[in-house]
Amino acid sequence: MKNLYPILIEALQVLIVLVASPVLVGWVRALKCRAQGRRSAGVFQPYRDLRKLFMKDIVLAENASWVFRFTPYVVFGSTLLAGAIIPIISVDLPLAATADIIALVALFAIARFFTALAGMDVGTAFGGMGSSREMMVASLAEPAMLMSVFTVSLASHSTSLSFMAHSLLETSVVLRPSLAFALIAFALIAIAENGRIPVDNPSTHLELTMIHEAMILEYSGRHLALIEWASMMKLFLFSSLGVSLFFPWGIAGPSDPLMLPLAFVALACKLALVGAAIVLIETRLAKMRIFRVPEFLGAAFLLSTLGMLSFFMLE
Amino acid sequence: MLNLDPLGLVALSVLVFLALASLAPFLASRQKTLLAMTFLGSALASLIALSGGFLSVYQASTTSMIMPVGLPDLPFYLRLDPLSGFFAAVVALLGFLVSIYSLGYVKSFVGVRSITPLAVFYNLFLAGMLLVLVADDAYSFMVSWELMAAASFFLVAFEDENAKARKAAFIYILIAHIGAILILLSFGVMSGSASGFESFGSYTFSSMRMNAASGHITPAWAAAAFLLALFGFGAKAGIIPLHVWLPEAHPAAPSNVSALMSGAMLKIAVYGIIRVSFDLLGVTQWWWGGLVLVIGLVSALIGILFALLQVDLKRLLAYSSVENIGVILISLGLSMIFASFKMGALAALAMIAALYHILNHAVFKGLLFMGAGSILHGARERNMERMGGLIHKMPWTAPLFLVGCLSISSLPPFSGFASEWLAFQSFLLSPSLPSPILNLLIPLGAAVLALTAALAARCFVKVFGVTFLGAWRGPSNAHVHEAGFFMKASMTGAAIASLALGIFPAFVIVWMDSVPSMLVSGTVQAESPFGWLWITPVAPERASYSAPVVFLGILSFVALAYLLLHARKTAIRRGPIWDCGFEKLTNRMQYNSTSFAMPLRRIFGFLFSIKETTRAHGNPNASPMFQERYIYNLKVRDMFWYSLYKPVSDLSFWASKKVGRLQHGRIQIYLLYSFITLIVLLMFS
Repeated sequence: MKNLYPILIEALQVLIVLVASPVLVGWVRALKCRAQGRRSAGVFQPYRDLRKLFMKDIVLAENASWVFRFTPYVVFGSTLLAGAIIPIISVDLPLAATADIIALVALFAIARFFTALAGMDVGTAFGGMGSSREMMVASLAEPAMLMSVFTVSLASHSTSLSFMAHSLLETSVVLRPSLAFALIAFALIAIAENGRIPVDNPSTHLELTMIHEAMILEYSGRHLALIEWASMMKLFLFSSLGVSLFFPWGIAGPSDPLMLPLAFVALACKLALVGAAIVLIETRLAKMRIFRVPEFLGAAFLLSTLGMLSFFMLE
Repeated sequence: MLNLDPLGLVALSVLVFLALASLAPFLASRQKTLLAMTFLGSALASLIALSGGFLSVYQASTTSMIMPVGLPDLPFYLRLDPLSGFFAAVVALLGFLVSIYSLGYVKSFVGVRSITPLAVFYNLFLAGMLLVLVADDAYSFMVSWELMAAASFFLVAFEDENAKARKAAFIYILIAHIGAILILLSFGVMSGSASGFESFGSYTFSSMRMNAASGHITPAWAAAAFLLALFGFGAKAGIIPLHVWLPEAHPAAPSNVSALMSGAMLKIAVYGIIRVSFDLLGVTQWWWGGLVLVIGLVSALIGILFALLQVDLKRLLAYSSVENIGVILISLGLSMIFASFKMGALAALAMIAALYHILNHAVFKGLLFMGAGSILHGARERNMERMGGLIHKMPWTAPLFLVGCLSISSLPPFSGFASEWLAFQSFLLSPSLPSPILNLLIPLGAAVLALTAALAARCFVKVFGVTFLGAWRGPSNAHVHEAGFFMKASMTGAAIASLALGIFPAFVIVWMDSVPSMLVSGTVQAESPFGWLWITPVAPERASYSAPVVFLGILSFVALAYLLLHARKTAIRRGPIWDCGFEKLTNRMQYNSTSFAMPLRRIFGFLFSIKETTRAHGNPNASPMFQERYIYNLKVRDMFWYSLYKPVSDLSFWASKKVGRLQHGRIQIYLLYSFITLIVLLMFS
């Protein structure tokens, strides 16, 4: 029983990531519609979209290679594995020990690497443009993300995600300047990594603006469904990673099943707030010009490095 | 005569290499036999050396012998300890793979040109590298070092009808010699302060080691010796700003030689740095490590930025080697810093990260250069702007090359990630050190390492995307064909090794643990309570990584998704490219290497000397907006060439012209010079 509990938690968590991620996206969309005075299709619309895509047949470009067909599965698999190692409702995660925060960043990097390759596979100008831009964003966002989470791991003396969340749960609330820098940087990166406004716009197919969408233009059917689902999971994971690293309260401690319902409610509330924050940003801001994005990310990179510096210098 | 101890095995393999090199000229008339004999022989010899090196590290054994060759009173002292054994294993592993590859690759030269020089110098080159590693005195070290340099010079100049190859070889030998002079001076400083030895005894490494350990050498002289060695070996390793020969020499050499030069020879230079600083001098001052760390950071960042802007595949790989040497030096610098503060365990961790990356880089860069060779062989093209869609024509090379790209981009579960993970761990474990400069440097270092890794991923998305994906950009790709059996076999071997090194880091770390325990008297606790499945360098709650589980995890999620989605029969229809409904798409409209790197040129443009011009071509009376065609010109130059090398090379040409006046070609004048020299020497003696 004692050994079964973490495995159950692990399975529950993977299930939550799979099931709840479309709801988060649906929530953001619905709220955004409200904020902009439109009528929304409801919180569950992403499910219907996914089902529709899964039912459809695939139309593949003539010269698409195996890289193109393999990519959706890799993207989905590596994102789901990332979902298995971030402590969302409990720190009892057996898989969290297999991949720490560095591996987590690398798991997202695998997904990105293959998506960028798939964008270049068919040989269209759009695909290459998307890949080039995505890798530009990534080449600044990824190091910034590493530096930001490193600051947290320095403060918690661990790079293992469940130990990090656990040690932050235990410590009393102190205002650390390094963590403040890290949090701001993390928020900026999460926006960029998930292709939200003001870096990218997930709901446009306009040539001058798109990044992520440009890479996956040629996808259809279940391939597209997998990629869309993976990007919903990515938004969910970044939000929950942010809350479990910077606001871990409510996460169940080790072998503490009674805390689970509460943890679940806490997670739902926190993610609803994150969703509202996204909506607030997206309705208030316009998308940036593509060549302003490096400045945005450069600021994030600097902030995260400052966070780590201030840890070494002050704490 | 030879014992079959580790040193004996390495010495035996050197003898085989030398025998192969001296036999080659006799078989010059039978090129096919020569090809088979040379490369099968060198593959075999590499295996012997590999077993010797492996055993020496595995048993943590040190074996030595004295070879009574050379000048009187100056025998060759040979010694194989875990450090040199590790490097011998790296060189030999790559030597084995490349020798198998060469069986196929060099065949394309047979009948076109004589392969005899290649056969001779290839074997001499491998023998020279192994001899450098086992040399235990300054004299035999320098002789082997020069053997290695001279052999590789002739390999770079193999296609000597090509003016570019000749120029590359010249630059290479020039910088190799500047480096050699510095190394020689460094040995001179170290042996000069050794006392109490008869005749040439102070030239042995053991006397230098004793000398440093007993504190005979003053800190100032130790620092001088260290700096001379760092820049001497650094010139060979290709640290910035001494890297300029690398992007010239690697593309000029045949691809199998480039693989060896980049994968193995650069590591020999790193071996020299480790040998001198950790072993012969013993790291005493923290700023040594700080300097190495800074050099590593600069080389890594500038190296990968230059790599991103290249359009020549082999030049790009050469610049990426500069980056990887930088990454190795970053870990090495950290290790030196920790060693100088007597933090054995941390120094060991950082050193393991450096050594692991050395091993990984040898394998994946070897793989990538062999892949570039296969492309050159199959598509007769090195310029990425004219490639594309090779995945359809080269179905074997493409996935193998992809494995190399994934490894070098440090993505799990491939090998590059394991060493990068260790490097980050050693950054994160660094406590506050008693030096404000270091406390500033270490976070910045972590930031630059992270940036470099992300840029490397970007660079290799470009490489794979532009060469293998999309469609062919040139006029016709009818001639493109897949590589032959031996080339595919050897690349498959390298790819499997890359994956294995990534999935089983625990075994590798336990194996190489004897090196840091010898040099910094610290070890890494690699095996966790869970066994080999996990690596936990310090403690399970600090950090853990299980490559096998990550690999199986991704694999099982992928398989699960695939099986679930294929439970229902669905059709896949092939259709024309959609491209948002745009028509008349041509292959020239694809993103190419230059356009892929364009955002980067905008962000980091200030670091390069870039010349970009656009010129309209056609009717001069038409409006500039509606010309028939435009000619776009882009020149990206290595600023170090113009700001550092060219002045030096101009100066040396000018000086040699002036000195040339002394040479009249008349024997009487030369005799007079000798006479005057004698008189002067007698006056001062």
